Amino acid sequence: MNPIYLDNNATTRVYPSVVEAMLPFFTEHFGNASSIHAFGSEVGKALKKARTQVQTLLGAEHDSEIIFTSCGTESDSTAILSALKAQPERNTVITTVVEHPAILTLCDWLEKEGYIVHKLKVDKKGRLDIDEYKSLLHDRVAIVSVMWANNETGTIFPVEEMAALAAEKGIMFHTDAVQAVGKLPIDLKNTKIDMLSLSGHKLHAPKGIGVLYLRRGCRFRPLLRGGHQERGRRAGTENSASIVALGAACELAMQNMAKENTEVKRLRDKLEKGILAQVTHAFPTGNPENRLPNTSNIAFEYVEGEAILLLLNKMGIACSSGSACTSGSLEPSHVMRAMGIPYTAAHGTIRFSLSVDNTEAEIDRVIEAVPPIIAQLRKLSPYWRDGGPVSAEEAFAPTYA
Amino acid sequence: MWEYSDKVREHFFNPRNSGPLEEANGIGDVGSIQCGDALRLMLKVEPETEIILDAHFQTFGCGSAIASSSALTEMVKGKTLDEALKVSNQDIADFLDGLPPEKMHCSVMGREALQAAIANYRGEEWHDDHEEGALICKCFAIDAVMIEDVVKANNLNTVEEVTFYTKAGGGCASCHEGIEEILAKVKAERPGMGETSPPAACPATPEAPKPPTKKLSIVEKIAKIQEVLESVRPMLQRDHGDVELADVQGKKIYVHLKGACSGCMMEAATLGGIQQKMIETLGELVQVLPASHMPVEA
Repeated sequence: MNPIYLDNNATTRVYPSVVEAMLPFFTEHFGNASSIHAFGSEVGKALKKARTQVQTLLGAEHDSEIIFTSCGTESDSTAILSALKAQPERNTVITTVVEHPAILTLCDWLEKEGYIVHKLKVDKKGRLDIDEYKSLLHDRVAIVSVMWANNETGTIFPVEEMAALAAEKGIMFHTDAVQAVGKLPIDLKNTKIDMLSLSGHKLHAPKGIGVLYLRRGCRFRPLLRGGHQERGRRAGTENSASIVALGAACELAMQNMAKENTEVKRLRDKLEKGILAQVTHAFPTGNPENRLPNTSNIAFEYVEGEAILLLLNKMGIACSSGSACTSGSLEPSHVMRAMGIPYTAAHGTIRFSLSVDNTEAEIDRVIEAVPPIIAQLRKLSPYWRDGGPVSAEEAFAPTYA
Repeated sequence: MWEYSDKVREHFFNPRNSGPLEEANGIGDVGSIQCGDALRLMLKVEPETEIILDAHFQTFGCGSAIASSSALTEMVKGKTLDEALKVSNQDIADFLDGLPPEKMHCSVMGREALQAAIANYRGEEWHDDHEEGALICKCFAIDAVMIEDVVKANNLNTVEEVTFYTKAGGGCASCHEGIEEILAKVKAERPGMGETSPPAACPATPEAPKPPTKKLSIVEKIAKIQEVLESVRPMLQRDHGDVELADVQGKKIYVHLKGACSGCMMEAATLGGIQQKMIETLGELVQVLPASHMPVEA
């Protein structure tokens, strides 16, 4: 039986045509783009083309606003540290409690260094309180960094509106858009977003390539200083093969955008409805009315996520979980906790993330596979008896460490 | 992600003795709400002999929690209660051919459920004395709570000392930043340990021991040596090891490292830690050596 890959928010398969586009840059076009000879100029031309392809997908006004980096995390760190360095009179960062660790871990460290970090809270559906946000915009804020779409639930934040509000107060706005790029139409020239991070491997390009979009005129301080690459804003010899691949992947993403929002969305909805119709005490997390077209995150109460994943894996189905046990930490996902999902459900959250590669037959197979797995684990669970949760008066209440 | 042993996978995919046990007369319910594991262990005990005739479990938890529960029921069946109480969490992990460090708490939960179920059978109250913190050292599965407790109890000031006392940081060394943060936190909380802390609070180094106020008699010296060994034994016993004094010959203190300590890759670090404490306590330079290094008497 062919394996089914439903973990596209973790990483994606590099498209064969993308691999084909990048391969010559390891062999015949191995030159350094900075060299004056023919070996270099060939590469220089290819980088220029890739830059334009990324520019088109992001709707950026100028191709010089695209800075190639090594990954989304580097783009995130560059953006936030740049804003703090360029505006020493400002000491505050505004972000959200549900950001990716690429932002949150950096912010925790900044707090230790003496900066002030405000993390916006979310409600039960993972939505922000815009009034709270407005009240925090003051002249000591160096940068606002808010993700475009959440990696676990797919919930979309109103970043364009939030960027406009920040701009009114003269505050820089950055968005970690690694999950949104390629899945949602983006037109940066008509927004007030100053900086945006994207990651190649989330949109069928290889790992190890990212982009920081930097609006022309936005004050900037590089993270890596050295050579003149990327106009001195990110030193280090260009990863030419991967940059070419990212360009090709962006062009394909542009072509697939409509399919992503119709066909992929339809399969996602079918999967979610198909599972929820058969499994009781399960619910979608985040905001189903406003989320990425490819993501469904379902909480299965009274069972634990890693156990579900191991059984799914045995059937050739790959997805991921917000359970503590899959991360190696003891806490369940900070996103689930932030939304107030109880522990018994937070540990049983499973994220299904599709791509244009998935087929109807695969989705049918998953709809068939999930319910017996949940039933099997619930039979083992002390919280469950005879097809339902143990009644309140005899509820399982262990001594907790 | 981690790799589970074949035995863990086998016990997870085909758990033994799962589901309720109607005739159970000892039940232990334990859990760790943070890490999302909870376990009910049910024992059927024969009152005359106190032999465990049957054991079942119900578990809400990850693969290794279910496997640990399954293993536990297999291990205790046929044992008397007193024999069963000797089953340690390390025994459960060993039965499963090892658990990843992130998952050792699953075996701890199994051990606790066993204690709770036996206490329940005997009509005793069982109290959990175990607190779990964020995993700091992945090489030796040492969490933040344990490091903090040991740092406080022994007034530790450096990463090296933490490694001597707990093993944390003694492997790949990538957790040293985390250990430094705990040291800084404890230091900040220590009363009277602000900027003006007296230099005497710093640990003596082997190169510059504090001069002893008066020379110790051999009896006093041996008593002090025993005192130091007693203070480190609980730490070693937690890892199923132990230490015993073999002989004192001048400035050389010979000890027997026993149990899991003997032949352990951390033996040198353990002896180094003990030596450090000896020097501080005795106020003179001494060497702590394994008994195998003792010169053969003529």
